[in-house]
Amino acid sequence: MPTLNHFLALSAILFTIGTAGVFLRRNLITILLSVEIMLNAVNLTFVAVGRQLGSVEGQIIVFFVMTVAAAEAAVGLAIVIALFRQRETLNPDAFTSLKW
Amino acid sequence: MDQVLFYVFAALTVVASLFVIAQRNPMYSVLLLIASFLGLSGLYVLLDSPFAAVTQIIVYAGAIMVLFLFVVMLLNAPHEEPPLRTTIPVTIGGRPLRVGAVLGVLFLAEMAWALSRLARQPIGGDERTAGLVSSVRQIGVELFTTHAFAFEVTSVLILVAMVGAVALAKRNL
Repeated sequence: MPTLNHFLALSAILFTIGTAGVFLRRNLITILLSVEIMLNAVNLTFVAVGRQLGSVEGQIIVFFVMTVAAAEAAVGLAIVIALFRQRETLNPDAFTSLKW
Repeated sequence: MDQVLFYVFAALTVVASLFVIAQRNPMYSVLLLIASFLGLSGLYVLLDSPFAAVTQIIVYAGAIMVLFLFVVMLLNAPHEEPPLRTTIPVTIGGRPLRVGAVLGVLFLAEMAWALSRLARQPIGGDERTAGLVSSVRQIGVELFTTHAFAFEVTSVLILVAMVGAVALAKRNL
C-alpha cells in the first residue's frame, strides 16, 4: 500500500520537472505546458492529503485549480497568438521590448 | 497490488512529463502531456477520488489540451530554435548558476528531511474515510453549500478569461 510519502515525493518530482521546463525551454507553448505540469503536481498533493484526512475538501480545491488552469490556458494562449503575430516566433528571447 | 499500480502510474506520469520538456516539437509535447494526465488520473483512482480522476480526463485532457493542440496547429508548430545562450552576458553566467545549484541542494535536503518526519501508515488504511472521500454526492453538497460563493465567483473568472482571450486574440492589438 503506498503511503502519503509516496504521493508527496511523486508530487515534488513532478513539480521539479515543471519548474525545469519553465526555465530550460525556449518555446512559449512548452513553457505553458510546464506550468500545467506544476499545477497538476499541486493537485496531486491536495487529493493525497485530502484522502489522508478523510475530507472531500482536497477534491473541491482541485476543481477550482482546474478552473483557474482553464482560464490561464485560454488567456495565455491568446497572448501567445498575439505575440506570434507581432514577431513570427515563439522564442521568449525575441520578446525583449521591456528590457533596457 | 496497489503498490504495483502506484509505481506503474507514477512511472507513466514522470516519464511522460520528462519527455514533455525534452521534446523540441510542441505537438509531441502536448500529446505526451495527455499521457501524463492519464497516469495522474489513475493515481487519483488509487486515492479513492473518482471525481478528481474523471474531471482530470474530461477537463484537462479533453478541453485544455485540445485548446493547446488547436493553437499549436494554428501557429503551424514552428520547431524550437537553438537556445540563444549568447544573449546572456558571460559576466553573470557563473554566480547565479552557483547560487541556484546551492539552493537546489538545500531544497532537496529540506524535502528529504520533511518527508522522513511524516507518518508511515498506508494512505488507504481506514475503510470508513475511503467511503467519505470517494462520494461524489458529498463533493456536490460541499461545493454548493460551504463553497457556494467560491463556485459563483468561478463563473465570473471564466467570463473574464473568455472576454480577455477574445480581446487579446483580436486582429489589431
